Amino acid sequence: MNAEQLGLGLTAQEIAFVRKSLGREPNETEWSIIDAEWSEHSSYKSSRGLLKLFPTTGKRVVLGPGYDAGVVDVGDGYVVTLHIESHNHPSAVDPYGGASTGIGGVLRDILSVASRPIALVDILRFGLIEKSGHSRWLLKNVVRGIADYGNCVGVPTVAGEIEFDDSFERNCLVDVACVGLGRKEDLILGEAKAPGDVLVLIGGSTGRDGIKGATFASKNLKEDAASERSSVQVPDPFMKKLLLDSILEIIANRGDVRGMKDLGGGGLSTALSEVASKGGTGVDVELKRVRLREDDMSPTEIMISESQERMLLVLPPGTDGGKGVISVLEKYGVPHSVIGKVTSTPKLVLRWDGRVVADLPASLVTDAPLIDWPYSKPASPRVAPRPAARRDEPSLDDALLALLSSPNIASKRWVYQQYDHEVGVRTVVKPGQADAAVLRLPNGRFLAIKGDGNSRHAALDPYAGAAGCVAEACRNVVAVGAEPIALVDHLQSGDPSDPGVYWAFRENLRGMADYCKAFGLPVVGGKVSFYNEDSATGRAIKPSPIALVVGLVSAEANIRTMGFKREGDSVVVVGETMLEMAGSELSSRFPKSVSLPSQSPRVDAGQDLKTCQAVLHLIQKGLVDAVHDCSSGGLGVALAEMAISGALGAKVDLSLAPSTCRRTLETAFSESHGRFVVSGRDAAAITSSLRDARVPHAVVGKVGGSSLSLSAGRSPVATVGVSSMRSKWEGAIPELMD
Amino acid sequence: MRVAVIRFPGSNCDLDMMAALRMIKGVEPDLVWHEDVSLGREDYGAVILPGGFAFADRLRAGAIAANSPAMATVKRLADRGLPVLGVCNGFQILVESGLLPGALLRNSTLKFVCKWTHVRVENTRTPFTSGLREGQVLSMPIAHGEGRFFLPHAELAQLERDGLVAFRYCDASGRPTLSSNPTGTLHNIAGVCNKAGNVVGLMPHPERAVEALLSPLGHPDGAVVLSSILVKSGGRRA
Repeated sequence: MNAEQLGLGLTAQEIAFVRKSLGREPNETEWSIIDAEWSEHSSYKSSRGLLKLFPTTGKRVVLGPGYDAGVVDVGDGYVVTLHIESHNHPSAVDPYGGASTGIGGVLRDILSVASRPIALVDILRFGLIEKSGHSRWLLKNVVRGIADYGNCVGVPTVAGEIEFDDSFERNCLVDVACVGLGRKEDLILGEAKAPGDVLVLIGGSTGRDGIKGATFASKNLKEDAASERSSVQVPDPFMKKLLLDSILEIIANRGDVRGMKDLGGGGLSTALSEVASKGGTGVDVELKRVRLREDDMSPTEIMISESQERMLLVLPPGTDGGKGVISVLEKYGVPHSVIGKVTSTPKLVLRWDGRVVADLPASLVTDAPLIDWPYSKPASPRVAPRPAARRDEPSLDDALLALLSSPNIASKRWVYQQYDHEVGVRTVVKPGQADAAVLRLPNGRFLAIKGDGNSRHAALDPYAGAAGCVAEACRNVVAVGAEPIALVDHLQSGDPSDPGVYWAFRENLRGMADYCKAFGLPVVGGKVSFYNEDSATGRAIKPSPIALVVGLVSAEANIRTMGFKREGDSVVVVGETMLEMAGSELSSRFPKSVSLPSQSPRVDAGQDLKTCQAVLHLIQKGLVDAVHDCSSGGLGVALAEMAISGALGAKVDLSLAPSTCRRTLETAFSESHGRFVVSGRDAAAITSSLRDARVPHAVVGKVGGSSLSLSAGRSPVATVGVSSMRSKWEGAIPELMD
Repeated sequence: MRVAVIRFPGSNCDLDMMAALRMIKGVEPDLVWHEDVSLGREDYGAVILPGGFAFADRLRAGAIAANSPAMATVKRLADRGLPVLGVCNGFQILVESGLLPGALLRNSTLKFVCKWTHVRVENTRTPFTSGLREGQVLSMPIAHGEGRFFLPHAELAQLERDGLVAFRYCDASGRPTLSSNPTGTLHNIAGVCNKAGNVVGLMPHPERAVEALLSPLGHPDGAVVLSSILVKSGGRRA
């Protein structure tokens, strides 16, 4: 069969390119290998050129993008490893299996650089659960999938974010990030450098599940997407746990593992070609030695199967290759088989009973030609100017309670209580207590972790919206007392062949890259996911860039949570509120209360950096006890959450807050970046420190009582009991889901 | 005192338990692989079955581990009066192996639940509660999907009469209320012991509550539970 008859995902140009470089017609197995490895999912062919815009170096960066995980130095010989993955397409057709295997994949990435996974973070996007039973079904099963897998392997899920928007109705997004901890001297890379070394495939057997998974993820969802369930892999967290424990024991025993690579998208095709290409070597593999779940699998199926729970080890030759590696695998009952060896010719040679069934240059397989898609800014729909309809304007109390019960803002306890967030005994700041999770590190420092995105903002202004995700994640990490040290990103959009979609993708990437540069934040890894649209409706998701930021807290005394701590403390707003209502939660709940045209939040990385440093300074000086970032739902929601969390009310005069808004409703709910709310005993010391830092700020009120009373000057605008806010905020999601 | 912490394939609180025990002066913990036959020969003062998903909880939580050779040894040691503690999955294994009464069913919410709870100490005559006061309220986290203790009515009444309930979920002031019961467990039971008192199982995780830093209330209550094994008086020790 030739390429045209095989139903490959390759374009006509790519097919021609392969024939020309090889000087012959590849056979079916070879075409399938190239097809898997050249899928968008594995090759980044539509984004690789642009990803160079990201700043990827810094004093703490040990390993940047291009490996299984980014590696950051956290001092005293310890490193933190980071990786993010999505399992969007699989989760859309099989939410439980798709979400589980997403966790499985990201854990293997962390493990394959020889670090212990210590935390999971999940960032999820669904349709409107108030309206859609399908979205409730997706949410319920995605959460159950993450819980069952993460809980079983004993890695705590410590943080996350969930957003609900109609554009995710059919294409839910399931992003999972994993943070690992290791020693710098123990790091292992996914390379095969020494000819003669042996390739050992360990873990689960190879079956027909997940065949062409990478190809499935690299095209739009079809109307009968459910028929693609066979493209979803089968999760086995127990085998993952055994893999995890055995590899960690091998590392602890100082086994001689020369290279390690997980088998994810593209299966053996990707793993073999990448270890060879990265190591500047070749591989010679006998596919008959691969342990199979089904006897009658063809060489092609074996090469592109994405069966889970498999890893590839590169070990020195000889019976005791790797100094006891095999005996540890046997102790844990982890199956293993030597499938081939590393060679000095940079080729991927695959055999079936000795007969060569594929013979390809490793670099041809790994280096798919880049695609430069055409792009153009879509014409923005003309918005007829319209003043806010005063008659339809909600009272501030009503608006506040409505926002607190919006699933986007409401407490996510229903979700995080299903995750074991304590296992590992590192979780110092737990889900719900603050803007980011805080884990203790073995060297006396603490690691803050948070992932953020805002697809409404990113759709309105792809550049500023994407930069805003980074801004928000940084603020969240700063709010717990940490200095941001590294980021992994995830860019998700629709079909890149649509010039408008590709333009927005480019803007997302530029926005994030520029912000990271200005903020001095290195990007150590990331992921791109295209084709998040379905051909039934032709609708793409809103572009959904995600930023996962980690930060370091220098000492226990500098950890902060968001709840008000003491009656009588002063409440201080840091940063200026601007009239930026577009894409806000208020405008989504009460569209008529916002005048048009309206602006979506802009970013100023330089000012944000100053503000973040000023807040960190307040924390380190011990001047503030409660810190909360201001994002979705603005100042109003931030104050309400601080009150709910601390079980203490406050009296606040919103007219005192630095703001360019004319109406109190706007000051309360605009979603401008660069803002925090803090509280502390000594208002004079706080304001003097902020004045020195040249950051706009104002003392707006005092903590106390059992309700949140908001006023504009002397006129009261809202008084809401803390307990009624709590019941709305905590009750909204359980009411929909249970 | 040397304490054996048994690691089954799928245990995931074993290292946390080891770390917690190491913080207790006078306790020397050993991590013992379930196939390690030395368990029966060494001079251990107590055996602990940590939490996790031993053998992936296939069939039923704890069912496969309960029938493993390691548990045959643990049964023999328990019959001789050696203190045995099962936490979470360890409790499930003890129930499945018949060392403790009852069954641990799926939570009434049908969901896994991870949260910090209050438990009241009901019985101080076991080696793992001898350092506690009766009625003392402890703060410890739970994390499980199958922790709803069940016994038929008459047997439950007998269990209560025999005083074999070791811990009960309660509110902050010590009242075992409906809202403080996280799983629908009968009589708010969070932990039980056998008639001899030397075998104890509980769903909350003491090993996750040994440091003020990790406890939302700042109480290292789990340390008091674990260090009870060193308390000479009170426990019915062989």
